[in-house]
Amino acid sequence: MAEDGESVDDVTETDQILPVTEQLHGAPVVGEPANQVAFPDLEQLVDISRALKADGYVMCVDLTAVDHLHAPAVHLPAGVQGARFELVVSLINHGERRRLRLRVQLPGDEPVVPTLFDVWPGTEAMEREVFDMFGITFEGHPDHTRVLMPEDWIGHPLRKDYAVGRIPVQFKGAPTR
Amino acid sequence: MTDLAATGMASVPESPTDGSPTEEIDYAARIRSGHGVLRMSEVRMAELGDEPPSDDQTMLINMGPSHPSTHGVLRLMLELDGETVIRSKPIVGYLHTGMEKTGEELTYLQGPTNVTRMDYASPLFNELVFSLAVEDLLGIEVPERATWIRMLMCELNRIGSHLLFNATNGMDIGAVSAMLYGWRDREELLRFFEMVTGLRMNHNYIRPGGVAADLPDGWRDALLRVIDPLPERLDDFDTLLTGQPIWRERLQGVGVLSVTEALELSATGPLLRSTGYAWDLRQDMPYLAYDEVEFNVAVGSYGDCFDRYAIRLHEIRESLRIVRQILDKLPSGDYRIQEPKVTPPPRARIDQSMEALIHHFKIFTEGFKVPEGETYVAVESPRGELGCYLVSDGGTKPVRMHIRAPSYVNLQTLPHLMADGLLADAVANISSVDPIMGEVDR
Repeated sequence: MAEDGESVDDVTETDQILPVTEQLHGAPVVGEPANQVAFPDLEQLVDISRALKADGYVMCVDLTAVDHLHAPAVHLPAGVQGARFELVVSLINHGERRRLRLRVQLPGDEPVVPTLFDVWPGTEAMEREVFDMFGITFEGHPDHTRVLMPEDWIGHPLRKDYAVGRIPVQFKGAPTR
Repeated sequence: MTDLAATGMASVPESPTDGSPTEEIDYAARIRSGHGVLRMSEVRMAELGDEPPSDDQTMLINMGPSHPSTHGVLRLMLELDGETVIRSKPIVGYLHTGMEKTGEELTYLQGPTNVTRMDYASPLFNELVFSLAVEDLLGIEVPERATWIRMLMCELNRIGSHLLFNATNGMDIGAVSAMLYGWRDREELLRFFEMVTGLRMNHNYIRPGGVAADLPDGWRDALLRVIDPLPERLDDFDTLLTGQPIWRERLQGVGVLSVTEALELSATGPLLRSTGYAWDLRQDMPYLAYDEVEFNVAVGSYGDCFDRYAIRLHEIRESLRIVRQILDKLPSGDYRIQEPKVTPPPRARIDQSMEALIHHFKIFTEGFKVPEGETYVAVESPRGELGCYLVSDGGTKPVRMHIRAPSYVNLQTLPHLMADGLLADAVANISSVDPIMGEVDR
C-alpha cells in the first residue's frame, strides 16, 4: 500500500513483478492459459482488440476501470509502467473456453481512450458507465453521455478523490411512556 | 427447444420456417449503423416536447420510469411512427445508489451485505460471486459441504427468480393467473430461505470462507415440501400458457434476436441461449461442483420472446434435477473454512481462548486482510454472466469492487428487439429481457 503523499509513478517496480509468459500481438501476457492478463499500450488497444476478436474472443464480457490514486496497480509485468487509471477489458473465447483480460494504463490527467464500439458494439453501455463514473473519455463513442448519474451532474463518483457522501443518522431518544 | 450436449459452440438456427424469403441481413453492420437505437439526450428530448408537432414527424414518447410493466424504474424513450417503434433508448440510473463506491468502504466480510442488494430477485448469486472473488484472492478453498450448500441455495434461488419471471411475464402480457401461480410458488421458496438464512431476501448467507450457518434441523423435509409439488405446478404453466394460442400469438416471432446480435452486444444468459447458442457457464466453465451434477442446457431456435419464456421454464425443471442430485450427494463436514484470520471462531471457543476472542474482535472491527492482487470471477446467474472484478492492495477493504451486471449489459439489446415492432410488443420485449433494475443501476 502506498504511503500518503507518495507519487504513484514511483512505486510500480516492487516485488510484484510477474514473469511474462508470452507476447500476444505485441503485448506482454501473464497468467495461466485459461485465464490470462495482457498489458497492451494505449496505442495498441484497438488493433489488438481487432486481432483478438479474429482469434476467437468474440465477446467483450466486461469493461471497467480502476483509479489507482492511493494504491498503485499491482501484478504488473516488467516493462509496464503503472499509471493512475487502468482500463480493464474482460474478453471471452467460447470455442476454447478461455478468458483474457486487457489492462491498459492511462495517465491521470485527461484520460482519453479510443472506443471499442467498432470492435465489440456491446461495450457501448459499459464505456458510458466508465465515462460517467471515472471521467475517462472514449473517442468516437456514438453516445458519449452519462448513464447512471443525472446528465447535469458534476464530478465522477468512482474517482478516489471524489468524497464519499454521508448522511448523518438522526438518533432519537428512547421512547418515553 | 432441444437439449444440447455440452458441445460449446452452438448450432446456428436454420432460417425461419414461416416460408418468407430470407434476406441475408448483415447484423454486425446493422448494429454499428445505429439501427433502432435512439441516441438522444434527455435534455434534447425535453426541448423537443416544447416544439409544436407537425404531421410529417415521427412521435417521441416517454414510457416509464414508473410504468407498471417496466419492472421497476426503467424509462424508455421511444420514437414512434404510428404504432411502430422506430428507435428507442433505455434510460437507467433511477435506482443508482453508488453501491460500487460503497463496496470500497466496506470490509470483505461486510461486502456480501452490499452486493446482495443489487440483483434482489437472485441475491444469493451476488453473494456467491463476491465470495468466490475474495476467496480467489485469499487463495483458500472452502470445505466441500459449503460448496454443495452454496450450489443448493443458488439453484433454489434460480428457481425462485425464474418463477418471478414467469409471474411478471404473464402479468405483462395479460395472463394474470400466471402471476398468482408464479408468486405462490416463489413464496414457498422464500419461506424456505427464511428458515435457512433468517431472511426472505438480501440474505447475506454466502460469505467469504463458506456460508453463514449450517442447514437447520428439519431442512430436508421442509425443502421436499417445497419442491415435491413443483413439477406438477410447472405443468400447470404449460397448460395455462405454453400451449395456448393467444399466448403463442403474443410471443412467437416477437423480439427476434440473432446469434450475431447477441454476441456483438455481449448478451448472456437466456437471451443468448434463445438464439440457439449453447453457452452456460455452469456447463462450459464449471465452478463450485457443477461438473459433478448432470443437467442439460436448453437452447432456443428462433431467438424470440417465446423461446426466452420456454428456456426459463425449462431451466426451472433442470434446476430441480440438480437440487435432487444435491440432496443425494450433499457431503457432511464443515459449512465454512476454519481459518481464524478469515472466519470468526465458533461461539464456544471465545469463552475459552484469548486468541479466539482477539480474532473475533479483529474480524468484526478491522476486517481481515486480503493479499494484493486483482481477479475477475463469473457465475451463471438467472440473467446471464454475473461477474465480480475485485482489486486488493493488501488491506481490509477492496480498492475496487465492480459487479458485471448481466441485466445492465442485456438491456442494450432492447432497442434492437423493439425496432420495427409494435408498441404493444414493447412490453413483451422488456419482460423477456427480464431486467432487474437494482442490478442495472447498482
